[in-house]
Amino acid sequence: MDFYLGLIQIIGVHTLLGLSAYCVLLTGQVSLAQAGFFAVGAYVAGMLTVLAQWPLIPALAVAALVSGAVACAVGFPALRVKGLMLVVATVAFGEAVRLFFFNFTYQIQAGTLHLGPHGAEGFRQIRYFPENGWSTLDVVLFIWTVVALVMAGLWWLDHSRVGAVLRAVGEDELAAQSVGINITAVKVSAMTVGGFIAGIGGGIFAHYTTHIEHAQFGVVLATFAIAYPILGGLSNVFGTLLAAVFIQGFLIEGLRFMGDWRNLLFGGLIVLAMNVRPRGLLDAGTTRALRRLFAPGKERSGA
Amino acid sequence: MPEVPVLELKDVSKHFGGVRAVDGVDLAVARGEILALIGPNGSGKSTIVNLICGLFPLTAGRIVLDGADISDMPMHARVSGGVARTFQNIRLFGQLTVWQNLWVAQNSGEQRRQGFGRRWFGGSRSARGEVERTLEFFDLAHKSNELAANLAFGEQRRLEFARALSAKPALLLLDEPAAGMNAEEIDQLDNRIRKVRDDGVTILLIEHHMELVMSIADRIAVLNFGRKIAEGTPASVQANPVVREAYLGTPEQV
Repeated sequence: MDFYLGLIQIIGVHTLLGLSAYCVLLTGQVSLAQAGFFAVGAYVAGMLTVLAQWPLIPALAVAALVSGAVACAVGFPALRVKGLMLVVATVAFGEAVRLFFFNFTYQIQAGTLHLGPHGAEGFRQIRYFPENGWSTLDVVLFIWTVVALVMAGLWWLDHSRVGAVLRAVGEDELAAQSVGINITAVKVSAMTVGGFIAGIGGGIFAHYTTHIEHAQFGVVLATFAIAYPILGGLSNVFGTLLAAVFIQGFLIEGLRFMGDWRNLLFGGLIVLAMNVRPRGLLDAGTTRALRRLFAPGKERSGA
Repeated sequence: MPEVPVLELKDVSKHFGGVRAVDGVDLAVARGEILALIGPNGSGKSTIVNLICGLFPLTAGRIVLDGADISDMPMHARVSGGVARTFQNIRLFGQLTVWQNLWVAQNSGEQRRQGFGRRWFGGSRSARGEVERTLEFFDLAHKSNELAANLAFGEQRRLEFARALSAKPALLLLDEPAAGMNAEEIDQLDNRIRKVRDDGVTILLIEHHMELVMSIADRIAVLNFGRKIAEGTPASVQANPVVREAYLGTPEQV
């Protein structure tokens, strides 16, 4: 049972990570910096609950704000470049963050224990959940409440003018400028919101694993972050959720019985999925078909 | 004292390396007129449109809109200042619906002042009236939920025209709006351009379709090799031997 609860936790946190990349991808930017924002969120939230004894929710809120601020600061220079150059710039940022935490030590003594980040050894004993008597199920419910709130927020944004503007920028930056959209402001805002969401995800991640270290926040995690929305499709937030379930639940855990062959099959299945569904698992056509199935006749009425 | 023109180009030049795409052009567009810009391919017409909308910086000269110098303004700011355009090769947001294409284009100064929250976070209802009227005018209302990429060519041209109008421009730059259209579509385009002008929008039209140009332009400016070689009423331009030589052709050739 605990195995499945653990898996559901992972899927929840990775959904948040994927959603953070979803915001940025809507504007057509491929960012591999999301793992860096996730790391910032993890360390900040962990330090606040462990070292400053803050309650979890304010700690997560501050972690999200700090990650968002970092994303905003990274956004201005990084978004001046495009395409492959942006990928390279964001990978460099992600690695810089990782190496920062590799070297970052800030510990306090609490009785016989040393608490806080300790360079390459990582940051152990983030014991907020066990200390406050949260069961694994409580944690699962908490994570998914947050996921639901974030998804609801992004769903609402998607259906407001913001969503249309983000997609317009993603499709054709020149045309977007020609109709009066300030594309720098839009892209930096998307990056900031993405950083904010990654910060929440990282903060939660730090608390349910209780132990974080630099190596967890490398390029592999960054690749996962953009793989979810790309595989899931950008037509709405549920694609990212679906892809996180598919990759974490099925490809990683479901294929574990295959041993080392799993990784090979993992790559193969992703390529296959992208070939069969080039616009993602949940593309606009499928969404429309589902809507028709559940609400026949309503299709044409709304704008 | 004459009225201040909507748009004024003052000795505007744009050089790409050694190529003088636009070379010392002076041009004034009066309020409420339709000014056509004609000339052979490569004469600098599209470059002028790109300079006015701010796609790239000027090599020399100034551009003045409603008495204010906009030469150094970024592209998006010029739209809220009152300049909108269409593209010679259509550039719609293909994966957005027809409705959304117009909705995202609501960036006029007036629309910006309606309040940040309502403007950005309001649902599609908040824009309903304006978008609906525009779609109706361009005969696209029945396509409002279609993806722009799925429209027929003529519809895409109309949508681009509609999208440019959604920012409520004072000056509209139409870059070859009749390209690829059949006679009936050109007739409709002619009517729409007139109506838009009658609603108070000044129009700078680039077009190769001479019948359309001669029918709707109040004045015509002719470019050749980046320089303005003539300007005046359609009749005077048609009669101008320099223009005939460079572009329109002599009667014997026709």
